[in-house]
Amino acid sequence: MRFGFSEDQLLLQKTVRDFLRAECTPEHVRALWATESGRSPDFWKKLAEVGLPGLLVPEGHGGLGMDEIDAVLLFEECGRAALPEPVVATAAVGAPLLAELGDDALAARWLPRVAAGEARLAAGHPANAFVADAHVADLLLLPDDAGDLHAVPRGEAQLTAQPANDPSQRLFEVRFDAAPARCVARGERAAALLAGALERGALATAAQLVGATERLVELAVDYASQREQFGRPIGSFQAVKHHLANVKVKLEYARPLVYRAAHSVARRDPRRALHVSMAKSEAGEAAAFAARTALQVHGAIGYTFEQDLHIWMRRAWSLDLAWGTRPFHRARIAEAVLAPGAALGAGTTF
Amino acid sequence: MDLRYTPEQAAFRAEARAWLEANVPAEPLPSFDTLEGSLAHRRWEAKLHAGGWAMVPWPREYGGRGANLLEWLIFEEEYYRAGAPKRINQNGIFLLGPTLMEFGTPAQKARYLPKMASSEEVWAQGWSEPNAGSDMAAIQALAVRDADHYVLRGQKTWASRGAFADYLFGLFRSDPASERHKGLTFLLVPLRTPGVTVRPIAQLGGETGFAEVFFDDARVPVESRLAGEGEGWKVAMATAGFERGLMLRSPARFQETARRLVELYRENEAGADALLREAVVRCWVEAEAYALDTYRTVSRLLEGGKIGAEASLNKIFWSELDLRMHETALRLLGPRGELLPGAPAAKGVGGWLDGYLFSLSGPIYAGTNEIQRNVIAERILGLPRE
Repeated sequence: MRFGFSEDQLLLQKTVRDFLRAECTPEHVRALWATESGRSPDFWKKLAEVGLPGLLVPEGHGGLGMDEIDAVLLFEECGRAALPEPVVATAAVGAPLLAELGDDALAARWLPRVAAGEARLAAGHPANAFVADAHVADLLLLPDDAGDLHAVPRGEAQLTAQPANDPSQRLFEVRFDAAPARCVARGERAAALLAGALERGALATAAQLVGATERLVELAVDYASQREQFGRPIGSFQAVKHHLANVKVKLEYARPLVYRAAHSVARRDPRRALHVSMAKSEAGEAAAFAARTALQVHGAIGYTFEQDLHIWMRRAWSLDLAWGTRPFHRARIAEAVLAPGAALGAGTTF
Repeated sequence: MDLRYTPEQAAFRAEARAWLEANVPAEPLPSFDTLEGSLAHRRWEAKLHAGGWAMVPWPREYGGRGANLLEWLIFEEEYYRAGAPKRINQNGIFLLGPTLMEFGTPAQKARYLPKMASSEEVWAQGWSEPNAGSDMAAIQALAVRDADHYVLRGQKTWASRGAFADYLFGLFRSDPASERHKGLTFLLVPLRTPGVTVRPIAQLGGETGFAEVFFDDARVPVESRLAGEGEGWKVAMATAGFERGLMLRSPARFQETARRLVELYRENEAGADALLREAVVRCWVEAEAYALDTYRTVSRLLEGGKIGAEASLNKIFWSELDLRMHETALRLLGPRGELLPGAPAAKGVGGWLDGYLFSLSGPIYAGTNEIQRNVIAERILGLPRE
């Protein structure tokens, strides 16, 4: 029993943090907002040099062959940097889903290119009303109305953009011909694969929410420490301090839920779906609360488009809805917890 | 990261479970805030001690089991799972004990720890005074040095379990000219000393859980001092850290409350709406989050880490969770929620009302949650001081 990360895992986190701090600046994010795709193939290549797209791709296919425990801290960093790239769609969900399909030819064709940053993926799921990043995905993994899973090249799908509040969030309604030739899994097997996709998507999104929350707290603390009113920094007032302390409490108790969910997904714990829902709902709650509080602490300047604060506010709002909203996950938790015979109480955590 | 228990840890759990199943009283003991209940709880502690389970993480020479913190967590889970009695000497074993381990001389440790572990000597805290609550540095009770004794004058108040305790630990001003955090000394005071008067105070629930303690030239030997003269503040801060953090409020307690809350929901589901259902489920999630955070902290401590200001995060989280769980339970009980346990129609109401009244004290004791928020803001987030 050891609930903590290894030195290697923490070192890799720091490497990615330093890289993103230098490269994924607020100016970079804003520049991408103004582009049609909102994504940068060049930046994606740089991320591939760090290993991000192929984190969960088996080494045999050119990836890093890591698991979700290794990856969770890196997804957190993506959230801290408000990175506007298809990390969840490609690295967290698409690549492992492709690897799990059991279609060796398909895996051999796509996964090395994914790991090299030459191909991007997107995945649909009933928990998401729309498919994120479908416009830059070379291959889309999509369930049809019956729940069977299809691998569809983008050129064969019809995309309708659904512009969203967060300019970094690119959503699409996707129509495709559910032809048998494109079907890669049916029935129960497809359902199991989709369940796995939801676990990984919600986990990676929860981790990004934790990172975004941290950044929101940092921004508010920095601002409150330098902004003076009544002759002193506003952060010296208890009313402001207590707002931020409340966010910190929420953040620090969402965090272990996210890390435990990573362990459960990586080790295929029988209760992993529950653990992921706990992580995603509480991380979403913390991030939304942080966004609201950070804005209040900033006051009017935070209400401007010019201030960078809203980059993370919008990320928080958007990620909170992705891969299952809070009500979606809480309903799943309720089902598990209120079920007769559910393991509850002291000594049932692990 | 590996969130599986080792075979040794599983065996430890089985051993603890077997002992507790064989020894935990079938009926709940009377409240330890009554004379009868305090005696019953002392008898329970003697039994626990004889079984070797009184102080799992302490060294054997002090009456402990020599286990590590992870095993202590496992024991706590089994203790609460078994519905075992509250710990009457919690001020001693969870607060003063760790403080003595850190600051005590070998002679003090040998003198106080074994009888603390067995609860032959039950301890109360002496922090608050009528004019020093959240502002603990405003302490006025004096400890005037007279050769090899301190002469105590003044008053302490809100001493939990002070009415039935044997000893009190607390802060006294040893330098009458000093101000604020300076000139304070940490003393261990036998309550049955001439010049010490203990007056019970009825708490919100009606029982005498509090006491005020008056000192009229009570003399205690210099050996009763923990750490140096004038170093009391530093020692008290360490004690407060234990109180807010890990030891006093282990997660098992809240997980068991959450489990009972889910059971209560099932029994009263017909009258519950979606809001209550969500409140119940969120309480359960938060109790799990608290447990997970504690395992994370213990893993860090076992590798040489220390607990600092983050104990204030714990304190806010568990105290507000505990309160919300009891509020939710009372909402589930509806009109029956106000019935005292002895009321004929109180079946199924259980101890929720008493628990609610007790949970209301959580955001106040061990440093109000407002003080904790200041600590988080200044020492963790780095916001400027007032």
